[in-house]
Amino acid sequence: MVFSETALLFKLKNMSYTRVAITEAATSILDKLKAKHGDLIFHQSGGCCDGSSPMVFEEGEMYLDESDILLGQLDGINYYMNQDQFSYWKHTHLTVDVTEGRGASFSLEIPMGVRFIIRSRLLTPEENTELNN
Amino acid sequence: MDYKKPKFKEKYENFIGGKFVPPVGNEYFENNSPIDNTLIAKYPRSQKEDIDNAVIAANKAKEAWGNTSAAERAGLLNKVADIIEANLEEFALVETCDNGKPIRESLNADIPLSVDHWRYFASAIRAEESTMSELDIHTVSLNLKEPLGVIGQIIPWNFPLLMLSWKLPPALATGNCVILKPAEQTPSTATLLMEKIADVFPPGVVNILHGFGPEAGKPLASHSGIDKVAFTGETTTGQLIMQYASKNLNPVTMELGGKSPNIFFNSVMDADDAFLDKAIEGAVLFAFNQGEVCTCPSRLLVQEDIYDAFMARVIERTEAIIQDNPYDVNTMVGAQASNDQYEKILSYLHIGKEEGAKVLTGGAACHLDGDLANGFYIQPTILEGHNKMRVFQEEIFGPVVAVTKFKDEAEALEIANDTLYGLGAGVWSRDAHQLYQIPRAIKAGRVWVNCYHAYPAHAPFGGYKKSGFGRETHLMMMNHYRQTKNMLISYDKNKLGFF
Repeated sequence: MVFSETALLFKLKNMSYTRVAITEAATSILDKLKAKHGDLIFHQSGGCCDGSSPMVFEEGEMYLDESDILLGQLDGINYYMNQDQFSYWKHTHLTVDVTEGRGASFSLEIPMGVRFIIRSRLLTPEENTELNN
Repeated sequence: MDYKKPKFKEKYENFIGGKFVPPVGNEYFENNSPIDNTLIAKYPRSQKEDIDNAVIAANKAKEAWGNTSAAERAGLLNKVADIIEANLEEFALVETCDNGKPIRESLNADIPLSVDHWRYFASAIRAEESTMSELDIHTVSLNLKEPLGVIGQIIPWNFPLLMLSWKLPPALATGNCVILKPAEQTPSTATLLMEKIADVFPPGVVNILHGFGPEAGKPLASHSGIDKVAFTGETTTGQLIMQYASKNLNPVTMELGGKSPNIFFNSVMDADDAFLDKAIEGAVLFAFNQGEVCTCPSRLLVQEDIYDAFMARVIERTEAIIQDNPYDVNTMVGAQASNDQYEKILSYLHIGKEEGAKVLTGGAACHLDGDLANGFYIQPTILEGHNKMRVFQEEIFGPVVAVTKFKDEAEALEIANDTLYGLGAGVWSRDAHQLYQIPRAIKAGRVWVNCYHAYPAHAPFGGYKKSGFGRETHLMMMNHYRQTKNMLISYDKNKLGFF
């Protein structure tokens, strides 16, 4: 993790609101993946087929740089989104959930027959003021 | 005539080195039909060792295959086309069962188009010539195209046999061996094809492996024994594949989806005629293939002075869509390909409504009776809103269109280009100037002008911006699978005089 991210995470942890959350069901899948694969990250995908879904990879698998925005940490796992995509998503709060299904992609939960999905809601005015200003 | 679920074997195998072989780990996964969520069959859960075996088989075959004549390769491609065509109904039925699309689409679009792509590349490789230049009186430059060698191909589940038929023929026509991984949701028609064409190509030329992305897709995409990866899918996987390719300094081609605008100018309503009827159908094409198309016209842009009248017709036509059993030939919209897609689409309907989009029609799951109650059906949905909403910016991959109005050409273009993607677009007008100027100003690889969702071989298809790069369904794809060997020949008998 680069220094600026450490600082950002510190800042995020001291905010009253979060951009991302995770359901219990998704956390239990994530815990199994952590036990099997070690440190992980989430990256929000866009585009067709299995896009518009969160992907979970081993940390270090995906090349990340300053164009990837760190939205927060879920169950100790960093959640990233490309900055271009973030500009269209930043007014919404995201909750990672899990559903049964045979998703494609390289996301690590696929062999378990489940797929992480995003459930979204609008940020409240208070959340929006703190997070986007 | 109506159809029913076809019969399958209990399990299927990978096709490696000209033979059906079980996966090394002897593990299989269950593949269900999204029509009623019942089991189709078990398919190999391949791992790196299986990919390794396919890479060995393909590398063993590549020299001899690369040296075959264009006539011989074209002959084999035509043979495959004939075999698919002779079994069109069987392929269509299996495709519908595996993907959930209505049988009338697989019978009339997926399978016949697949046949044509094989034939197109069989012809293209025969008609093609290399180039040469006489650089000066003694020096000739000769350009020869040589195959890259072994190609890895990863294809999606929305048009399983058609995507295979976009990818395999240009790679094979140019003398490459291929290792192809179908999507894990839709392994069936690729397997059926290999059963039918098992003896057509020399062993190792075509290899089909099934399995999950992290277990089989990644080892294929990152393998040092392949020479190129062609991928259709989404952006994050696209980035990962490019990363792996960079380690091997391999070329890649990427088709990564879009959020395509479909623009209707006011002149479409100048007359209530056949063209207006066509335009209304063009707007309703968002529901084609349940919206599971990279180029789904999922943003509908309508000029404000015709908005109400035009949308009334579009809503009426959308509500006339027959959504029912995909095996029924009258059904127009079938099942989404999997439960996770179904859930994702519903989550978008939710955020769309939260953001203030107005539901003009649909807006919910579609509950069908009997066996279909367990399938994954979504009502064709029209959401009205503005271009900054997430339903206007993200690929929902469902039968959902987001509609907004525009004032003039400038605003239409501003909205059309305000997207991360640039795969497809549609422009509808009776104004000859608009029909040229607007498509030129749209940043997308394919602009349909007074039509939409046509995918003929011989017209290049590919993306701008985050939709990827490379051009398929056209002979220019052949160069994405080849090197250029430049032979620089001197006919001068005299030395340079340097040494």
